[in-house]
Amino acid sequence: MTDLLLFAIPGLFIILGALIVIFAKNPVHNAMGLVLTLTSLAILYISLNATFVAMVQMLVYAGAVMTLFLFVIMMIGVDKPEQSKEEIKGQKLLISGTLILLVSVVVFIGLENGLNWNLLFPQSQNTFEGTPSLLASAMFTSWVFPFEVISILLIVATTAALALAYEFRKRENND
Amino acid sequence: MSPEIILALIKPLLVLGLLLTNTIILIWLERKVVAGMQSRVGPDRAGPFGILQTLADAIKLLLKEQILPIKADKAMYLLAPIIALVPSFLIFMIIPLGPGFELTIGEESQFINMVGADINVGVLFFLAISSLAVYSVVLAGWSSGSKYPLLGGVRASAQMISYEAAMGLSLVPIILYSGSMSMSKIVESQSGYLSSPIPIVNSIIGFIPNWNIFPQFLAFGIFFIASIAEVNRAPFDLVEAEQELVGGFHTEYSGFRFAMFFLAEYINMFNMCAITATFFLGGWLGPTFAGVLPPFLSAIMPTIWLGVKTFGLLFVYFWIRATLPRLRYDQLMELGWKRLIPISLIWLMISSIVLGIREFGLPWS
Repeated sequence: MTDLLLFAIPGLFIILGALIVIFAKNPVHNAMGLVLTLTSLAILYISLNATFVAMVQMLVYAGAVMTLFLFVIMMIGVDKPEQSKEEIKGQKLLISGTLILLVSVVVFIGLENGLNWNLLFPQSQNTFEGTPSLLASAMFTSWVFPFEVISILLIVATTAALALAYEFRKRENND
Repeated sequence: MSPEIILALIKPLLVLGLLLTNTIILIWLERKVVAGMQSRVGPDRAGPFGILQTLADAIKLLLKEQILPIKADKAMYLLAPIIALVPSFLIFMIIPLGPGFELTIGEESQFINMVGADINVGVLFFLAISSLAVYSVVLAGWSSGSKYPLLGGVRASAQMISYEAAMGLSLVPIILYSGSMSMSKIVESQSGYLSSPIPIVNSIIGFIPNWNIFPQFLAFGIFFIASIAEVNRAPFDLVEAEQELVGGFHTEYSGFRFAMFFLAEYINMFNMCAITATFFLGGWLGPTFAGVLPPFLSAIMPTIWLGVKTFGLLFVYFWIRATLPRLRYDQLMELGWKRLIPISLIWLMISSIVLGIREFGLPWS
């Protein structure tokens, strides 16, 4: 019962946040909907005993990335409401098709399991003590190469952003 | 109901009561301390030494009309004060207030640890929740639909992101030294006295407690500066700079919604000092005088020690507020990005090398 509640309540908030992201007209409301989704996701992680992942989720996504989103939204101004007319041709048709596909997949899985909706994730057997050190030992032993490659990728992105911004400013000064 | 659930219900209520009472004392104390430093009297009308002044202010704010600006974004405007209060209460839940004790009622015996929730990633929890606090300021500033609050909000988001990075980096050496991210383990790792393999040095430093502030003095400095910036106190209170931005992000708030921001600010300040004491000043560690004092007094001595350390740090906060002028915006950004973050990175490297040599010996030996 407690497991179900711990799954259902954050799950409902995740869906609510996602709906706000899609349907709210104001960009700031969209961003706050995403924050709600990310925070509820962190609670879901905690219920799976992955406290470390949950905290990093809060810290990086809800804390840093979304604050930057909000910052950018406020800098460029939010007075104009977004236009709600179709941008891509056949957008609504494609979306409804994908939606029908998704629903049918869920129904199919449900029927396969004999309508036994026991889809709750199996809880990890690792105790609370293990998560950060387990993750660290995996990351720095067997996965050290991908880890370093990702860090190079991030540095490349940062350098590129810096180069673009710097070039821009220099040209501006010359005028 | 199982005793765990009863405890989980009682603890938040106790924390709520403690923090609210504490804030009343804190505001009065700040006004008195700052008044003393500026050769004024400070509040002295309501109650003995004016201690009821805060209570009177709170009642006034409760009874005041709450104005909703026409241009305000209603949902976000009402949400912002709540987002300000919730993280400030949450952070206090992870601060260990004492070593924990065995409570026996009749036949039942239950171990009670003096911490709201002893999670194993407490340090990360603190950083994550304090990073959520920025939303309240940003949303309040934006949703008011007025230019001064918006400027305050934009300033706040830039300032808090910048100083969070320095704050997190200055905590990494502490995690390395204590070998854990759990707050209670960090406190326990600071017990005992400083020691050194060289006997002469040992006799000199042997009486100094093994608090993190002594080996990690630089990390303490960075954390302390960053924590003042994180709670938007002077000299980093550009977010609510009265002379330029009227009241900053809370200009358009009145009545109890303003009081909620005020409350959150003081609770955050108290939390930050208690956390600094836990990380660097040994938390609840201190002599308990068992045997000299009556047993119940020596049992609450750890909590008293934490209180003494916290209020000592709070006094420094007030002192800084009464002494230093506000930084200019570019100075603030330069201090954060060009000074604090590089220094904390270098300090992290030095501490890791020292720790590595201590654990594994010199690389060439």
